[in-house]
Amino acid sequence: MKKIFVTAVAGLMAAAPAMADLVFPSLSYRTGPYAAGGIPFADGYADYFTLLNERDGGIGGVMTKLLECETGYNTEKGVECYESTKGEGALVYQPLSTGITYQLIPKTTADDIPMHTMGYGRTSAANGNVFSHTFNYPGTYWNGASGAVNYLLETNGGDIKGKKIALVYHNSAYGKEPIRTLEELQKKHGYELSLLPVDHPGQEQKSQWLQIRREKPDYVLMWGWGVMNQVAVQEAANIRFPMENFIGIWWSGAEHDVLSAGDKANGYKALTFHNVGRDFPVFEDIQKYVVDAGKAAGAGDQIGNVLYNRGLYAAMLAAEAAKTAQGIHGTADITPAMMRDGMEALEITEEKMAALGMPNFGPSFSVSCENHGGPGLVGVTQWDAGSKTWSLISDFKPTDMEVIGALIEADSGSYASENNIEAQCK
Amino acid sequence: MPEQLAFAMEVFLNGLMSGVLYALVALGFVLIYKASGIFNFAQGVMALFAAMTLVGIQNGQVPFAHLINAVLGTHIHHFGWHIHSVLALILTVGVMVLLAVAIQKFVFRHLVGQEPIILFMATIGLAYFLEGFADLMWNSEIKKLEFCLAGTTCLPQGINLAIDEATYNWFGYGFFIDNLDITATIVAIILVIALVAFSQYTKQGRAMRAVADDHQAALSVGISLNFIWVLVWSVAGFVALVAGIMWGAKSGVQFSLSLIALKALPVLMLGGFTSIPGAIIGGLIIGVGEKLFEFWVGPLVGGATENWFAYVLALVFLVFRPQGLFGEKIIERV
Repeated sequence: MKKIFVTAVAGLMAAAPAMADLVFPSLSYRTGPYAAGGIPFADGYADYFTLLNERDGGIGGVMTKLLECETGYNTEKGVECYESTKGEGALVYQPLSTGITYQLIPKTTADDIPMHTMGYGRTSAANGNVFSHTFNYPGTYWNGASGAVNYLLETNGGDIKGKKIALVYHNSAYGKEPIRTLEELQKKHGYELSLLPVDHPGQEQKSQWLQIRREKPDYVLMWGWGVMNQVAVQEAANIRFPMENFIGIWWSGAEHDVLSAGDKANGYKALTFHNVGRDFPVFEDIQKYVVDAGKAAGAGDQIGNVLYNRGLYAAMLAAEAAKTAQGIHGTADITPAMMRDGMEALEITEEKMAALGMPNFGPSFSVSCENHGGPGLVGVTQWDAGSKTWSLISDFKPTDMEVIGALIEADSGSYASENNIEAQCK
Repeated sequence: MPEQLAFAMEVFLNGLMSGVLYALVALGFVLIYKASGIFNFAQGVMALFAAMTLVGIQNGQVPFAHLINAVLGTHIHHFGWHIHSVLALILTVGVMVLLAVAIQKFVFRHLVGQEPIILFMATIGLAYFLEGFADLMWNSEIKKLEFCLAGTTCLPQGINLAIDEATYNWFGYGFFIDNLDITATIVAIILVIALVAFSQYTKQGRAMRAVADDHQAALSVGISLNFIWVLVWSVAGFVALVAGIMWGAKSGVQFSLSLIALKALPVLMLGGFTSIPGAIIGGLIIGVGEKLFEFWVGPLVGGATENWFAYVLALVFLVFRPQGLFGEKIIERV
């Protein structure tokens, strides 16, 4: 009897930590060549959960716990981080790397843990019928590509036939993501597309920019990350390419991407799926409950920066999904499977964001079993080198879902047939 | 002149300029290898560390600020001053000398007589240590490098208008040559002349060459190996600083600077590990070769050929001349 009692107590104690907190792993990279981008995102993600704990007592009365694991933007390390943290009751993973995402898609599905790859990862995971545990709302790379083309259409009176567009991209799975979409849209809108790959890490881009200087494209789009962004902006300035015609994806549009080029970077544009700057009430709370209390993840100097805001936004979406899951299942102590249900039923409205101190921080959207990618609304930001700030210069606008939807259907369809996956949405 | 030929000439000239930048990195490897037989895997990280230290000193950044703040609960980040570039350069050279002393005292002094592979492994460890140390000391943020000699006379960047205009008048197409690349070329020429003069005409330089030729013989005539190795690591540290400034001006000072070593490897394979002229000529061949290959063949194979082509070119040279173009042929008899 005594033995049974001791075993039961030991079992309860072992189970207790998983029940006590809502665990949110953060696969971050604060070291290595991509640390400059990884740090503000990780800080924003961590600070929002700290705010919820300090201000609201957690989510639904349960404290949150952040499990940070350093990946160095290395796929193998990312998988190790996943394996070492999944047993701690991890509710949702944010790998912040397309390479890690590809490795984790089958693993998270098998382990029944959801994964959120916001604005990165495998675009066709937007098809919830095939990718049951992967979510990439509120936008994907293909939305980004279409958003860029739509912006060019808008600024050219709806006609870009014959215009020359060059895509400078990181020569990796990430950088190649928009090519198919841009090629499809090329057929529709009649522009000329030239592709200019840049090898990792992107420190040397002389050949690509000499080619741009020779071919004189009307617009340059960029899918870069890390040092590639800073060098590209500098090289564009060197050849005197008009910065207002140079548009980067959202991973090429942070402060550190343009600061090293100084005044010459003025006017450079980047796509976005969330707002920029620190003019939101939530930052006053972050200052009061997190930074001033000495509980900030970093030095507190990244608040309001583009990637800090993105990390904060990702944390907000995770927290709202957790709240939704708590509502659906009638319990505050949710499991990863319940979290998945919450993500699939997530609804973000302007009223909700305003109540959270984040009015117009991102688009309103809802997720469904079929659509894990959200509405795919894309905005455009522009850099002002004088004030050293990014400004949102357009609304979050719809993208060409007719083209993107067909591509998602085709890509996810081949993944489903390769892996014998049946449609999960009834 | 046919347009394609003009383009090719522009690519050729830019290849030469890129080659100089590769050679700047390769020089540091050659200096250490020549004097001590150590292939210094940490040379790229030394360039990063040197550039971060320069910018940190220049901007009055408090070293280890995050660590100090975390331990003491303070919020200090800057001393509040801005130091002139030249003074910051001198202070950074001082830091690099201290680093050289530390490396010699704490690492290589204990590894005298070890196999080259052990020494190589030690430099790998050193590279990882320095990466973390540099981050801890100056943080991981990307820093803008503004190196100014006087007033507004800073490192120039952007198209050289005189060349653009002159070539336009001659060929009907204005060539793009980056002012920074021209500066790097001038600096590299001065650096090589200074290094050659130092090794040929100074007592320390001759001692350095003696150590490079034969450690035992140098010891027997009273040359201090410790002093010479500290000297060599200091000079390599200075070369790393120059490379860090030139590359850092292009991309901002950031972690990726440590990866410029990857660009130096094919240069060393081609030019030889023991020759300063070899590093320069190797750099120029690699620079021109990869740029012309990308220009002519790149579009046919999808582009991004430069990284792998540099290594293929070096391998081809290795097949015919294993010691590199200017390397010493080692003949060992049993």
